[in-house]
Amino acid sequence: MAGSARLEYLLRLGDNALILSQRLGEWCGKGPALEEDMALTNTALDLLGQARLWLSLAAEEAGDGADEDTLAYLRDDRAFRNLLLVEQPNGGYADTLVRQFLFDAWASLALRQLLGSSDAAIAAIAEKAIKEVSYHLRRSSDLVVRLGDGTARSRALLQAALDTLWPYHHELFTGDAVDAEMLARGIGFDPASLRDAWLSYVRDVLAEATLTVPSAGGWAPKGGKQGLHSEHLGKLLAEMQVLPRSHPGARW
Amino acid sequence: MYAQMVDTGTPSAAAVDAQEARFQQRIDDGIRIEAQDWMPERYRRTLIRQISQHAHSEIVGQLPEGNWITRAPSLKRKAILLAKVQDEAGHGLYLYSAAETLGISRDQMVDDLHAGRAKYSSIFNYPTLTWADVGAIGWLVDGSAIMNQIPLCRCSYGPYARAMIRVCKEEAFHMRQGYDLMLALARGTPAQQAMAQDALNRWWWPSLMMFGPPDGDSVHSAQSQAWKIKLFTNDELRQKMVDQTVPQAEYLGLTVPDPDLKWNAERGHYDFGAIDWEEFYNVVKGNGPCNRERLETRRRAWDDGEWFREALVAHAGKAAARATAKAA
Repeated sequence: MAGSARLEYLLRLGDNALILSQRLGEWCGKGPALEEDMALTNTALDLLGQARLWLSLAAEEAGDGADEDTLAYLRDDRAFRNLLLVEQPNGGYADTLVRQFLFDAWASLALRQLLGSSDAAIAAIAEKAIKEVSYHLRRSSDLVVRLGDGTARSRALLQAALDTLWPYHHELFTGDAVDAEMLARGIGFDPASLRDAWLSYVRDVLAEATLTVPSAGGWAPKGGKQGLHSEHLGKLLAEMQVLPRSHPGARW
Repeated sequence: MYAQMVDTGTPSAAAVDAQEARFQQRIDDGIRIEAQDWMPERYRRTLIRQISQHAHSEIVGQLPEGNWITRAPSLKRKAILLAKVQDEAGHGLYLYSAAETLGISRDQMVDDLHAGRAKYSSIFNYPTLTWADVGAIGWLVDGSAIMNQIPLCRCSYGPYARAMIRVCKEEAFHMRQGYDLMLALARGTPAQQAMAQDALNRWWWPSLMMFGPPDGDSVHSAQSQAWKIKLFTNDELRQKMVDQTVPQAEYLGLTVPDPDLKWNAERGHYDFGAIDWEEFYNVVKGNGPCNRERLETRRRAWDDGEWFREALVAHAGKAAARATAKAA
């Protein structure tokens, strides 16, 4: 989907929330404890609410009769603009938690930047979302600490998840022409500017969790923001979009 | 001496009779029984069975609906379904807590479920094959559940009655959402209408079975009614459900799959056809379409989460030890 930089930007924000929510929804009824089942669903619901706000705003920008549902259900994977991190499979609970923690730590910084956006509609959504994301981050950080510094088995599972997901953090801080234009217009922020604060927060939590920060360098996959995804996204969308795709024009 | 014997926990038969009579009098007077009050062992056991079965139903009940969260056809419907399933988990949590006041732990109840010693509502052993099934569950299954549960808000055991008040409010909301989903399908394309009719066809009879066996065959009814933990009979509630639901189906333009269904002006109720109790008992025994899968999913979730629960306990132990060391 080619469009204005603002549209691209809104799709990125909306797709991150939508795809992560979709992943969390897969956990329904299968969490490691009843309280955790509720928390996973609650986080999925918060993110879905945010996705609907971002995508509705994106639909206004896109015009042409688009709405939150046409954007969610009728775009192909190459038109999705989410970060590769959020589309990674759930794996076990440790993988889901580490993915959430890395994302929450980034999202809370990103949304804080957007609170000061010159675009009032974007600032308003950020203001609502940051309250939820701050809570998500408190929860995911707390669990990383408790499970990292839990048993030998839990530490090993969290460390393995961290080692697997770590390469995806690079994309969070890689800007492109869309980011540059949003920054220049006072709407957005420079992704690279968040890296130090993110690393510092994540390092502190991992230290308390007795986990080892994976070494720098090496593989740094990216492209999700521009629509170049992993193989996982196509399957996720095939499942998510099946009904509207098989009943064109139906209302639900 | 008499009072002392009661206090030592070895009361005479006469003392027990007197105690039971006082207990029954309290119930007859409409005074709630609370966790710290004396109660007959059979009352305690019956409630544990009933409340834990209800809690397990909420937990297992997440699975057939959860089957459609990832495929909900609009973001609004997805949000409604996520919120609903989260409510169910919450109901499970209050109900386990209510049962815990009777002296059983949640871990023990979960273990009973996984070992097949405790039951959950058989309705959740049917598959959700289409999106319309999500609507049918809200409309019919939650509809039947509310019919069963509203009287329980007035039941004799305080913690259960209070839990049910909140549960019923949320269930009423779920039922309306389910009906609204069915209405969208009924007003939709021919394929959507067919989906709605097919769901009604498959869920109608199992929803009526939810009230349990006919009054003549119900093993727990008479005592439970005397104890006011059951306020209406299975057949009374089933009739109410049919009377309430038939006009709703008509409004949707759907056909209730019962050729014997007709209004009986003399009784002021709908007459309806015979229920296939063989199917009911077969599903209760474990031979429904999804019994094995549902229980296996719950067992696997529990087993896969063992490391998580152990680690939280281990961390709490470490944190407590560190706090003690600091204080010393």
